[in-house]
Amino acid sequence: MIKLTVVDRDDTEQEIEIPTDINLNLMEVLKASEYNILATCGGMALCATCHVQVLEGLEQLTDAQDAELDMLDTLPDAGTDSRLACQLKVNEQLNGIKVKIRGEEA
Amino acid sequence: MNTQISTDICIIGAGPVGLFAVFEAGLLKMRCHLVDVLPQVGGQLSEIYPQKPIYDIPGYPEIKAQELVDNLMEQIKPFDPGFTLGERVERLTKQEDGSYQVMTSDKTSIHCKVVVIAGGLGCFEPRKPDIENLQLFEGKGVSYMVKDPELYRDRKVVLAGGGDSALDWTIFLANIAQEVTLVHRGDTFRGAPDSAEKVFKLAEMGKINLVLSAHLNKINGDTHLEKVHLLSKTKEEKILDADYLIPLFGLSPKLGPIGEWGLNIEKSAIAVNTEDYSTNVERIYAIGDINTYPGKLKLILSGFHEAALMCQSAFKYVYPDQKLSFKYTTVYGVNTF
Ligand SMILES: Cc1cc2nc3c(=O)[nH]c(=O)nc-3n(C[C@H](O)[C@H](O)[C@H](O)COP(=O)(O)OP(=O)(O)OC[C@H]3O[C@@H](n4cnc5c(N)ncnc54)[C@H](O)[C@@H]3O)c2cc1C
Ligand code: FES
Repeated sequence: MIKLTVVDRDDTEQEIEIPTDINLNLMEVLKASEYNILATCGGMALCATCHVQVLEGLEQLTDAQDAELDMLDTLPDAGTDSRLACQLKVNEQLNGIKVKIRGEEA
Repeated sequence: MNTQISTDICIIGAGPVGLFAVFEAGLLKMRCHLVDVLPQVGGQLSEIYPQKPIYDIPGYPEIKAQELVDNLMEQIKPFDPGFTLGERVERLTKQEDGSYQVMTSDKTSIHCKVVVIAGGLGCFEPRKPDIENLQLFEGKGVSYMVKDPELYRDRKVVLAGGGDSALDWTIFLANIAQEVTLVHRGDTFRGAPDSAEKVFKLAEMGKINLVLSAHLNKINGDTHLEKVHLLSKTKEEKILDADYLIPLFGLSPKLGPIGEWGLNIEKSAIAVNTEDYSTNVERIYAIGDINTYPGKLKLILSGFHEAALMCQSAFKYVYPDQKLSFKYTTVYGVNTF
């Protein structure tokens, strides 16, 4: 099991557990956990509405690829700790991280 | 401005579904006028993913999104629809005889017998930076798109953003404005490499100011924008004289005015009757991504189907005295008006 902490827009915190063997990305997991995320493009790094800020564990994540960085560049409120949840595959890298949801609501 | 248009069907949204509705309406000799807030047709396909291939359009094993839009435009050409682009539909007013007056943000008025909402995810609206007073200066120095570059001639302009449009407009305005400053959160640009290179060159030549690793912090002025405050990563403040600020951070869809027209809305979508995709209000239909019903799939294909059924039903309002008999295009051809 992978455990991570999600901080919602109103700062409420919740720990979620995800089985290691599912082929999902973090955006899909957040949506499945009933978080309000627009995800217009369905995970193609084209809409930036699944923006999350990584509060803890940024260093353990695989580096963002160009498409993700391109999209993040267009966000007015992105920082160096910003990622697109749809570009983060669910695997060991997510274990113990803490993310805050920043993208637009659906 | 203050334009008056008269048509049979006013279609709100020129995405793939709104465009195909013109074809289906045309077969039944109903004229259409389309309105879209974006400056181009194509909806999500042209705005979000023009170069992506689509694989589930019948008859096309693979087609690029923009190519599908271009083909749809070709397909509806015989029916010569009207277009009002770059304007948002704000209001629908029912007339005494049941027809509608559709009003846009730029006061274009469209009189029609039937309204079809093909608004997709809603209006694409600019993403706004989180700075105090921003709204106060909208239209008084702050704008989110460049409509008329001449407005900026010999003026001091600050642009913000790191995407292609921020780069492109910086390059373009460098020759027009008195002073151009581009502010970007990062220290590299990942927009088109040659645009980024051009911007760095212009900065080297002193033709523009480039402020990297910084963001917009505050703006102020009296009745019009006068100053833009920037804050660098190292928390240093820089204050620029500015007549105009153009934040260019892309667009994001919002339901917008559609939510205020008395329609049954469920989770940002309009509830419809699946027999003909009519809404709870007579003569107003909703097709494509904007509607919802049990089993709804947000696919182009579903929107096309909905457009065909909608037109069969709308016919009775456009031609109240005629009976509609269904014909295949193979029998009937594509006859124009
Ligand atoms: C990245 C991505 C990939 C996709 N891939 C596929 C695929 O492979 N196959 C598939 O079938 N579907 C795909 N889709 C979904 C498909 O794009 C949508 O189903 C389709 O665009 C819906 O068409 P539409 O005409 O209903 O709405 P849209 O394309 O959203 O167009 C609606 C238009 O209405 C305008 N509008 C809204 N409100 C107003 C107003 N008040 N005034 C004026 N204008 C207004 C908007 O500006 C917009 O241009 C994909 C979507 C995305 C984002
Ligand atoms: S869902 Fe669109 S960028 Fe992640």
